[in-house]
Parts: sequence; structure tokens; C-alpha cells
Amino acid sequence: MSLLEVRDLVVMFGDKRVVDGISFDLEAGSRLGIIGESGSGKTLTTLAIMGLLPDTATVSGSIRFEGQELLERTDAQLSSLRGNRMGMVFQEPLTSLNPLMRVGKQIAMPLKIHRGMPIKEGLAVALQLCETVGLPDPERIIRSYPHQLSGGQRQRIGLAIALACDPVLLIADEPTTALDVTVQKEVLKLMNDLVASRGSSLIFVSHDLPVIATMTESVLVMNTGAIVEHAKVGELFANPRHDYSKKLIATAQHADALFTTFRAGTS
Amino acid sequence: MKLNRTLLMGLALVGFTLVLAVLSFVWTPYDPLAMDPELSITKPSPEHLLGTDVFGRDVLSNIIVGARSTLTVAFFAVLISMTLGVLVGVGTAISPKWAQTPAIFGIDIVLALPSVLFAIVLAAVYGPSTLTAIIAIGVALSAAVGQVTRRETNAVLQADYVMAATSSGAGKGRIVRRHVLPNIRASLFVQASGAIAVAILAESTLSYLGLGTLPPTPSWGRMLAESQQYLIVDPILALWPGLVIVIAVLGFNLTGDGLRESLDPTLRRSES
Repeated sequence: MSLLEVRDLVVMFGDKRVVDGISFDLEAGSRLGIIGESGSGKTLTTLAIMGLLPDTATVSGSIRFEGQELLERTDAQLSSLRGNRMGMVFQEPLTSLNPLMRVGKQIAMPLKIHRGMPIKEGLAVALQLCETVGLPDPERIIRSYPHQLSGGQRQRIGLAIALACDPVLLIADEPTTALDVTVQKEVLKLMNDLVASRGSSLIFVSHDLPVIATMTESVLVMNTGAIVEHAKVGELFANPRHDYSKKLIATAQHADALFTTFRAGTS
Repeated sequence: MKLNRTLLMGLALVGFTLVLAVLSFVWTPYDPLAMDPELSITKPSPEHLLGTDVFGRDVLSNIIVGARSTLTVAFFAVLISMTLGVLVGVGTAISPKWAQTPAIFGIDIVLALPSVLFAIVLAAVYGPSTLTAIIAIGVALSAAVGQVTRRETNAVLQADYVMAATSSGAGKGRIVRRHVLPNIRASLFVQASGAIAVAILAESTLSYLGLGTLPPTPSWGRMLAESQQYLIVDPILALWPGLVIVIAVLGFNLTGDGLRESLDPTLRRSES
């Protein structure tokens, strides 16, 4: 049995089908990338898995997580899974933290919700988690408000919150898009290491093919709400079958070629 | 919290009103209800600093005691309106779509109802009293509080950090306690101080119409109404209650504006 089985997932807003009958499996401990341009339905797919779609969306099909059908569960039942069995890292590290709550408390919150751990003990765990995600001076960090931290630091906090309860599935929705390129690399490496050391599964959403290639084993290529290709990362690069995948690779190679030319020109 | 000039000025005027109200418990120059026909409508003098009214009662003593009734009514009315308004506002915002439309409609209806008319109806049923005034003003103001609170709550519920908190397993109750209320706190303070100003005016209006504080308990609104009849004889008599009403209302309004400036999270964020 796979950790996550998605079958014929359809998400509709009114009569617009924004996710159009997609199916895929995710084995425990494996990593899946979802790539596609804006509006291709990749973020909505992850939100559907987390049960975070707005009330205005209608969802049909099937999402089975650890053998349980998620679409039949009530909001309260989903709450007991979210942050506990599955965690999520968001795109915007500033806006995804409560501006008026110290970050230590925000890290301790899922522990309080799912383990009944008092905030004080939670803060001690938060301290360790800050170290785990490579934040210097954790004592100061956990007493800080989000606006006192840099983008990279905030995203590490986001990661610490998502990992607090040791979820079996981590979903990262363009977690590095809002970061500087140098910081991006560090955060990606950290995420890579943490997922590997904890043996969690990862769904990594991005529009950046090289990033996906370094983070995941297989890739779903999405276009206008449908999966146009599902392949191992190596296969996709070697032998892209769908036109859209070819375009993606060509663009990435073009950028790479430009970079090489530029470097040759300057040296 | 950063103090600014508006806030300081507002707090000074509010402080003045509060001092009057507190003073009324311990000291007044004369018994505010003691009448003396000999002294009917006298000009300000060293004995009676603000003069006396038509029954020879000391105006200053009445102003001081009047602060107590006005502030009591305003305070409890605002307590009712904030409690009711926040409950309705937050409740409407987090309830499912089908329940929202009738709730918003209900808020709009109460909003359209003039508070004075509402008080007249209440007074007709239960008789005019301080309690009637408190309930009438409180309920009437709660609609405005509810409307603003609903909008502010909706804005917070749309925020990424609420989705992030939901993805950590937080339920609706926790979202409201930990995320919504702290983030609309600033707006609630500002609304409360604005509401007190409106409530003071409303109390004065109701007492002026004879629907609020009952005689002989001194009230600024009724002092204004009584002195109005003698405007030609002694215009200065109407000045005093009018002046303290202006001071109190201005004070709470300035405090509200000052709070808005110093509590606005966007302004605060840009400072650091």
C-alpha cells in the first residue's frame, strides 16, 4: 500500500475545472516533484491533499493517505492529521508566520495541538528544532517576532514548524521562490538532509526544473490542470515525451547555455 | 506602544473627565441636589464658581456628579456593544457561507435603526431609566462594531499565516483565539474609544429627551435641556454642560485616533 494514493482528483471553482482528474501514488520515503507553470494546478493539488482548499472549491475523486480516505473526513478529523502526520512549508515565509506571535511559540503550537505538550516544554523542543534547521543563536530566535528575522531564517522557522511533530509526509510549495539564490541553495540542502535523515516522504512543488531535479526522484509535469507526464527525473531529462516537458527542459538548458556563454565571456 | 501627540491630548481630556467622575464620589463643592430659591440663576461667583441653575443648585457640583452618570452609561453601553459586536462579527466571519448572508442582513438592519428611536421604544416598554439607556445605546452601537469586526476578521482569515496554522492542525477555536483576536486587537481598541465618544453623545441626547438618566440624578444631557429654557436669561448656563460633553467626546475621539496611529501594525513594522 502506498503512503498516498490520489485517484481522479478533480478540483472545480464554479464550473471551471482547475485540477482535471489527476492520479498518482507516493510510496513511503520517496520524493515526488510537481512542476508546471502558474495556474497549472500544482498548488491546488497540494492544498487538496492537506484539505486546505477554500469553501468555494468542489473536490471529487479520491485521496487516500495511510489507507484512509481524506475527502470523506470532517475538518476536525483532518486537523488531527495536519501538522501531525503531514506538514506543509509555504511559499512566502513572512506572511505565513503570525506577525504578532513570537516564533518560538509558533513552533511549539503543533506540539501543543497534537501532543498536548505545554508551551513551556514546547519551547525547549523549539530550541532544539531551531538548531536542527541551522538557525544560529536559537535562544534569541525563539523570542523574536517574524519581522525581526531575515527571509531565510523565517523559512527555516516554517520548516521547523512543519517538522515539529515528525510528519511522514512533507509538502513544500515553492518554498524557496521568495528567497535569494544563495539562501535558496542552503534551505534546499537543509530540506534535503532533513527529509533523508527522518525518512519522510516529500512532495516538492516548483516551477524551477533544476531545483526539482536536485530535490526529487520522480516528477509530475502538470499543464492546465492535468498531468502531462510522470517520469523519473533522469528519464525526463533524457527522453521528454510531452511537448510541454520538452519546452521546460529547453528553457532550462537555454538558461544554462546562456550562463556558460556569459561565464566564458567574462573569464 | 509609542505615544503620539494626538494620543497624549486625548488621554489628557479623558483624564480630566475621569477625574471629575472620581472626584464626585469624594467631594463636591455643594450638595448637587440642594436647592435655594434665593440663588436662582446667579452668575459665576467665588462661592459658586460656575453659578447656579434655576433652582439655585450649584452648577459645578452638578457637572462633577454628572460626569459619573455619563461615564457609567457610556462605559457599560460600550462593554455591551463590544462584547456583542465582537461575538457577532467574529461569529459571522467564521460561520459557513449560507449562514453569513442572513447575519450580515441582521447587522445592516440594526445599523439602519436610529439608536434614539430604539431607546424610545425601549423606554416606552420598560420606562425611561439609566439601564434602558445603557441597553439601547449598547445594542445600537454593537452593529457598527460587529460590521467592522467581521471585515477585520475576514481579512485575517485570508492571511497566509492562518492557512499555515490550519496546516499545523489548528482548529477554528484556536485560530480565533491565537490569530484573529490578537491581530484585530488594535482595531478593537480604536473602535472602543470611538464607541465611548458616540455613547457619551447618545447618553446626553437620551437624557436631553428625558429618556435616559432620571431626575434628580444629575446628568449633562438633562442639564443642557433644562438650561435651554433660560437661554435668554442666562446663556452661560448652557455653556458648562455643553463644554464638558465636547471635552469628553473630543478626548475619546482623539484617544481613538492616537491609538490607531500607535497600534497600527503596518506602521510599527516599518519602524523596525
